[in-house]
Amino acid sequence: MSNAEWPLWEVFIRSKQGLDHKHVGSLRAADAEMAIDNARDVYTRRSEGVSIWVVESENVFASSPEDADSFFEPSNSKVYRHPTFYKVPDGIAHM
Amino acid sequence: MNMTKQEALFEYVLRAGDDSLILGQRLSEWCGHGPVLEEDIAMTNIALDLIGQATSLLAYAGQVEGKGRDEDKIAFLRYENEYKNLLLVEQPNVDFGVTMARQFLFDIFHFYFFKGLLNSADTQLAAIAEKSLKEVTYHVKHSSEWIIRLGDGTEESHERIQQAINDMWSYTGEMFEMDQVDEIMIAEGIGIDLSKLKPMWHEHVKQVLERATLKMPEYGYMHLGGRQGNHSEYMGYILTEMQYMQRAYPNMEW
Repeated sequence: MSNAEWPLWEVFIRSKQGLDHKHVGSLRAADAEMAIDNARDVYTRRSEGVSIWVVESENVFASSPEDADSFFEPSNSKVYRHPTFYKVPDGIAHM
Repeated sequence: MNMTKQEALFEYVLRAGDDSLILGQRLSEWCGHGPVLEEDIAMTNIALDLIGQATSLLAYAGQVEGKGRDEDKIAFLRYENEYKNLLLVEQPNVDFGVTMARQFLFDIFHFYFFKGLLNSADTQLAAIAEKSLKEVTYHVKHSSEWIIRLGDGTEESHERIQQAINDMWSYTGEMFEMDQVDEIMIAEGIGIDLSKLKPMWHEHVKQVLERATLKMPEYGYMHLGGRQGNHSEYMGYILTEMQYMQRAYPNMEW
């Protein structure tokens, strides 16, 4: 018997009201079809979704935690990038 | 012995309900023991689908009978010879391969059975069939994919799933046996003609086995008796576990 583990897959689910697929977790499966089936069983059994995407985890490239300072820190001091300095004209609701 | 339409309908619904009930109970034995976490959840989901179908069917059987028995009384408080499920569904899990072989052979039968019932003159039965068919369509996909993977997998998995299919084969003949109950139900437009279902089942099974590089077993001796309440030695053990709570604490609810 082989003890090799099945590859890891990342699972994305679109909920009924949602417009986008959101990452919900990961699971193991031998191939894409099994990954979809497993995702259905593991992540949609309480009616969480109407559509599933799976991506093999090894195909996801991630930013490195070591880059966090140079990547994300600089934007913390750039408040002017947020559109909070405009006066909202009268009569515009829902802003 | 002549049956009334009501008696035949009760028996007909009971048979279908018991198939789902006992297979659901059997499959739930895998809970916490699945080969991988994902499959553990998949099998438990399917077991729950089956128990849900049993709930609807046995509740309806109780209504048809009209003696005040609800689905719990029917599920948990009968004696062995009053259960009318197929012998196939009470067979032990043994291992994952045998469990999938049993599931696969039954799922395809279950699929065409509920599909046929969509046109039943009995609207309650047709409604239960419609809901169940969506679940069973997934069950067929799930077990078929496993048959293909195991058949077309390693040498060992191929050999073992072929053996499992061969071993379960002698329990498939019972699915298409008909008696007075079926005759009355067909005449009333409620039940389906199982002899017409058989070729569809055969063709579907054959196609999946071909894809799985497995051999279709020969039709030989077939075990019968479940529909009359004559069960294999395993049934008593299933009931002992399943009925324990109601027998130990009569009328308990949660």
